[in-house]
Amino acid sequence: MAQKPARKKPVTTPRRPAPAEAAAPPLTRSPRATASELDLLRELSNASGVSGDEGAVRRIILDAIRGHVDEVKVDVLGNVLALKKGVGRGERVLVAAHMDEVGFMVSGHDPDGSLRLEIVGGLDERLLLGKAVLVGPKRLPGVIGAAPVHLLNGDRRSAVVKITQLRIDIGVESQEAAKKLVRVGDRGVFAAEFAVVGPSLRGKALDDRLGCATLVELLRGGPYGFEVHAAFTVQEEVGLRGAKVAGYAVDPACAFVLDCTPALDLPHTDAERENTQYNTRLGYGPAIYVSDSSTIHDKRLVSYLKQTAEGAAIPYQIRQPGGGGTDAGAIHRSREGVPSVSVSVPGRYLHTPVALARADDWRNTVRLMKLALEGWTPKVLKR
Amino acid sequence: MDVVAHLKELTSSPGLSGYEAPVREIIRAAWAPLTAEAHADRLGSLWATKAGAGAPPRPRLMLAAHMDAIGLMVTKVEGEFLRVAQIGGIDARVMPGQLVTVHGKEDLPGVAAQPPAFLLPKANREGLVPLSELVVDVGLPAERVAALVRVGDVISFAAPPRELQGDMFVAHSLDNRASVAAVTVCLEALQTRPHVWDVVAVATVQEEVGVKGAVTSAFALRPDLAIAIDVTHGAGPNVKEFADSTFPLGGGPVLAFGPNIHPGLHAAVKAAAERAEIPHNVEALSQHSGTDAFGIQVAREGIPTMVVSLPLRNMHTPVEQLSVKDVTRTGRLLAEFIAGLKEDFVSTLTFE
Repeated sequence: MAQKPARKKPVTTPRRPAPAEAAAPPLTRSPRATASELDLLRELSNASGVSGDEGAVRRIILDAIRGHVDEVKVDVLGNVLALKKGVGRGERVLVAAHMDEVGFMVSGHDPDGSLRLEIVGGLDERLLLGKAVLVGPKRLPGVIGAAPVHLLNGDRRSAVVKITQLRIDIGVESQEAAKKLVRVGDRGVFAAEFAVVGPSLRGKALDDRLGCATLVELLRGGPYGFEVHAAFTVQEEVGLRGAKVAGYAVDPACAFVLDCTPALDLPHTDAERENTQYNTRLGYGPAIYVSDSSTIHDKRLVSYLKQTAEGAAIPYQIRQPGGGGTDAGAIHRSREGVPSVSVSVPGRYLHTPVALARADDWRNTVRLMKLALEGWTPKVLKR
Repeated sequence: MDVVAHLKELTSSPGLSGYEAPVREIIRAAWAPLTAEAHADRLGSLWATKAGAGAPPRPRLMLAAHMDAIGLMVTKVEGEFLRVAQIGGIDARVMPGQLVTVHGKEDLPGVAAQPPAFLLPKANREGLVPLSELVVDVGLPAERVAALVRVGDVISFAAPPRELQGDMFVAHSLDNRASVAAVTVCLEALQTRPHVWDVVAVATVQEEVGVKGAVTSAFALRPDLAIAIDVTHGAGPNVKEFADSTFPLGGGPVLAFGPNIHPGLHAAVKAAAERAEIPHNVEALSQHSGTDAFGIQVAREGIPTMVVSLPLRNMHTPVEQLSVKDVTRTGRLLAEFIAGLKEDFVSTLTFE
């Protein structure tokens, strides 16, 4: 493993949450993301890992955690399940982040060599027109073209082109040539390179490679006072499928789910109106969940995370209660039930080629979760 | 010449209508070694003259390829976000999720995005979000945005060029940088082909906002003949219903015919294509050609004009696509026509 530059130590390691009056120190900026951390994020975000076809992401993660975990296996759905043994008693704590991303699947070949497609996961079809894409395991470049507006009458110029009308053009002119290069069932993603933009990170799959990167960082830290079971899950975007079996297999005392959640913190078109439904805001730190459409997050774990953040002066925000969901939706219903909480990095324009997050929000998520694992004891779950 | 590398450099340089300076310098560097002189005129069009071998005063041919590209302009700074308007004919359908560069006090990488429905007026909560309601986000906090970006700053597309299978090439602004590249190919071919006429290659400004540079350059240059080089619609998977007005990629240059074209000049260019065995197609343009030729034809006392086009898919999107050999063939066709031009060509032009 490459040597990493020394990073600033967290301010405190609160085995016991600091009392409220001790939360006086001003908010500190998180240590900057290091070059090797950004390299891992870049590699993760650029990799193709559409739900059901997470292999490329899985390989990166297996490489990244090698030597930092005691056991690792890939289960029958493709989840990476890794165990990092603890120094203390044998409680099991599950930490999960999903590897898959939204994208599309090739559904057929047209006679002219173009490809038909179907959407995988919650991808808005308005995002597809006029985009460069990468198709199949060889990441063949292609484009989803558009009839030029010059040729269209007024109504069609402002009409959304439906998925059934969209075609991928890889530059071949016959069905035969296309069939040699692309198979029905091949997955595709936006061709969109990860980039650091000032204080921000940009990439097609920050949701949820940011969570994957956080989980890798947690495994590189420790050991903790208990067994950390890491689940890099598959098929979150098509119904929390991987998390369901991972939660069952690990049978943990509690679970932390690391995800990416929309920051809808844009202005209202009507400048007079305030945006009160922003879900989360960039730059306000990790988003701790209280409730979403699939989970009432465990009150004790929510309090524990808040106290941990306050004790270390890490900025955080509460994700506005509402719709959406994370792997916690499946995990908290595993077996006899698993107390679960989710923590997300807020991201604008998720499920587009140009998702945007703040590096500080991600670094603060890593800090918060490290402290949370370092300080966790079964007492956290005492009623 | 490495045409792909030239296309990449041309499509990686900003140069929106009225703001062509960056790409003009790229073109100047490419054309300067191939011509005697190159200079920018009052509105910013670049002229580069390749002198003919005839006795002066020599007749003069204008090759006009517009260098300006479509893009956006900042209309409002709202905290971290920018509101925008179009420069040229922007296709709002392709905008959400595009990479852009905001040319503020510094060049800022940005993204165009559609706000969630609940932030839009009721009428636009479903379907296409109009350009006026999109935002551009440069990933900076509000105070940095306020310090770096002003209303009126221009915004270019920033999607990188890509190569597909075969010789298919994809980039934004191939309309009309591909034609600029074809002119470069022509100028290079003329280094070894004797020609009588003076050739003035002109990279014109502001075509996308109403054929401005071509009009003023044609007035100033007073050419005896002019050929506008531009793009036309390529056949492809998205335009099957427009079979009559689209042309195959890789099928060679498209020779326009119609009121904006002098029929005698059309015939001479077509004859040159046949002489050099360059595959080509003919496009009927019943009215406005939508090119620089529209302005040039009626400059001063009138100028015989022709339009040679490159077939291009997905026009006015950031994934414009063409076959690289069409660029080379268009350049070769222009050189063949020029090499065959006799001194008295204009006096032999007829309408029959």
